Amino acid sequence: MSEPSTNGSGYWRDNMRLVGICLAVWFFVSFGCGILLVDFLNRIAIGGFQLGFWFAQQGSMVVFLVITFVYAARMTVLDRRHGVREDDEDGS
Amino acid sequence: MDLQALTYLIVGLSFALYIGIAYWSRASSTGDFYVAGKHVHPVANGMATAADWMSAASFISMAGIIAFIGYDGSVYLMGWTGGYVLLALLLAPYLRKFGKFTVPEFIGERYASNGARVVAVICLIVISFTYVAGQMRGVGIVFSRFLGVDIGIGLLVGMGVVFTYAVAGGMKGVTYTQVAQYCVLIFAYTVPAVFISLQVTGVALPQAAFGAEVVEGGGYLLTKLDQIVTDLGFAAYTDGTKSTVDVFFITLALMVGTAGLPHVLVRFFTVPKVRDARISAGYALLFIAILYTTAPAVGALARLNLTTTIQTGPVFEETANLAYEERPGWFRTWEETGLLAFEDKNDDGRIQYYNDANPEFAERASVHGWQGNELTVDRDIIVLANPEIASLPDWVVALVAAGGIAAALSTAAGLLLVISAAVSHDLLKGVFTRGISERRELLAGRISAAVAILLAGYLGYNPPGFVAEVVALAFGLAASSLFPVILLGILSVRVNKQGAIAGMLTGLAFTLGYILIFKGVFMPPLAENVAENWLFGISPEGIGAVGAMLNFAVTIAVSKMTPAPPEEIRELVERIRVPRS
Repeated sequence: MSEPSTNGSGYWRDNMRLVGICLAVWFFVSFGCGILLVDFLNRIAIGGFQLGFWFAQQGSMVVFLVITFVYAARMTVLDRRHGVREDDEDGS
Repeated sequence: MDLQALTYLIVGLSFALYIGIAYWSRASSTGDFYVAGKHVHPVANGMATAADWMSAASFISMAGIIAFIGYDGSVYLMGWTGGYVLLALLLAPYLRKFGKFTVPEFIGERYASNGARVVAVICLIVISFTYVAGQMRGVGIVFSRFLGVDIGIGLLVGMGVVFTYAVAGGMKGVTYTQVAQYCVLIFAYTVPAVFISLQVTGVALPQAAFGAEVVEGGGYLLTKLDQIVTDLGFAAYTDGTKSTVDVFFITLALMVGTAGLPHVLVRFFTVPKVRDARISAGYALLFIAILYTTAPAVGALARLNLTTTIQTGPVFEETANLAYEERPGWFRTWEETGLLAFEDKNDDGRIQYYNDANPEFAERASVHGWQGNELTVDRDIIVLANPEIASLPDWVVALVAAGGIAAALSTAAGLLLVISAAVSHDLLKGVFTRGISERRELLAGRISAAVAILLAGYLGYNPPGFVAEVVALAFGLAASSLFPVILLGILSVRVNKQGAIAGMLTGLAFTLGYILIFKGVFMPPLAENVAENWLFGISPEGIGAVGAMLNFAVTIAVSKMTPAPPEEIRELVERIRVPRS
């Protein structure tokens, strides 16, 4: 098995890349669609919602949920790939 | 059984449940008392976090605030949920890996400085006390409205219940009580919401009813609402009145503040593993979003209901305004509590409800003999009166009371615990009396929890300034003092204690100063709280975001000018970054 710190830094780089992508989505749906682009998106109507308003009061929260669950799932994969998963040590 | 008796019964049963749970899960060690022995299942922790997080304000006031400010209310929805993304991605897993008991303890060890730890404790205590004062007030108000007792007595009963389970059970007791409180509050919130959705749109799911067509007269709910409120001189529901820059910064301050609130952060110390902390933040967000996506639907439905009850036909048609004598039963009930007030300014026996602060509309209205808005509506009525407006049975009304109390008590208990842990673990054990035994530390924790409850009760009875403004202060301070140094402590190995202390103090002083200038919590404000006076057009609610940026900048700059932290710190940071090492 490789040295923990080098192992850790590759893991950390992959983690930070994932965090960067997730935060870009986080920013886009809330500050982007819900605030900065709201007037533009409000010209589009989906059912009874103006799209910008929907992002501000419903959509952004739904996407936030997806982001956190996707991040948790992806990190579980990363933990295993880099051999830093917790149970692999204590066997619980 | 009459409503009053039924309410006493349901609230009493919920209290018995909380105290029973606390007895079953009482704390026997400092690990139990501070972090529930780190045995909390991630789903249970998610529920506990949701109850911890959702306060009396979320439960009682939020839908009402959104109902009356429409789009502008989005700042609370996005701000108070988006913070969980920051928590899940940037803080929770690493704080769990660090594996100790408190947030100041992390700051103290990461920056190898008792000074930084003490500054963090001061920030934590200021944040938590401003927040808890609002909660205790909320407990008192719920008691007095639903059970007809004096606010002071309501406050004493609430303090007694929290005292019983927080002092005996510590974090372990509080966690499992919060799980029960979440179930009570979410049930109490969603049942009336489903019924009012069905009544207005024929769709059961509030999130879908929000975008559905209304049963009476057709047309989409939001389109109709925009039409009706603009006809009465109000701003369109789906359009805000706040500036874009202010909406942006308030949302950012609330998000960052949420992620920096100590009573929320500490919940992620209680799960068994690092990956539990990540997924647990997801569950917390799920349980919170159930209420937070329902609230704006309730707000829009109730605003439409209320407005069309008063304005029954075309504006300015003489018989289109509700005659006061024909007002519905719920109107009479809530008039008695003072949440609804009618003043017949033009003596026509009918209610004119419109925006008389809009000069152009007020002038047009005066031609038709309208001499000013005649109805004053407290925003809290939107949630509180919902069950009656929807003609739901009495037990639902009683349940809403129990839900409101659950929301207030769960948040208060979580806050009181972090205050007591900061005193007994950080100040006593960590800094001033280092050799203290575990038994005595546990005792100190219990005593400081008890003292904190007394102080919070006092603050709840004599609130410093308007409670809502005090809560804005707590978010601004959490965003500008704690969040940046915790995050930098994880992301950078180079930031040091000089940087952290300077950063926290700058963020705290800037944000506190800005809010005091405009709000004047303990003194008269120094400047009028209007957009012309604000820095870059950012209101005091949003200034925490600027304070956080200052904190980041100062921490990094000062760290660059001072020596790098010792080698052990690099090792510590590398250790907390990986789940197993």
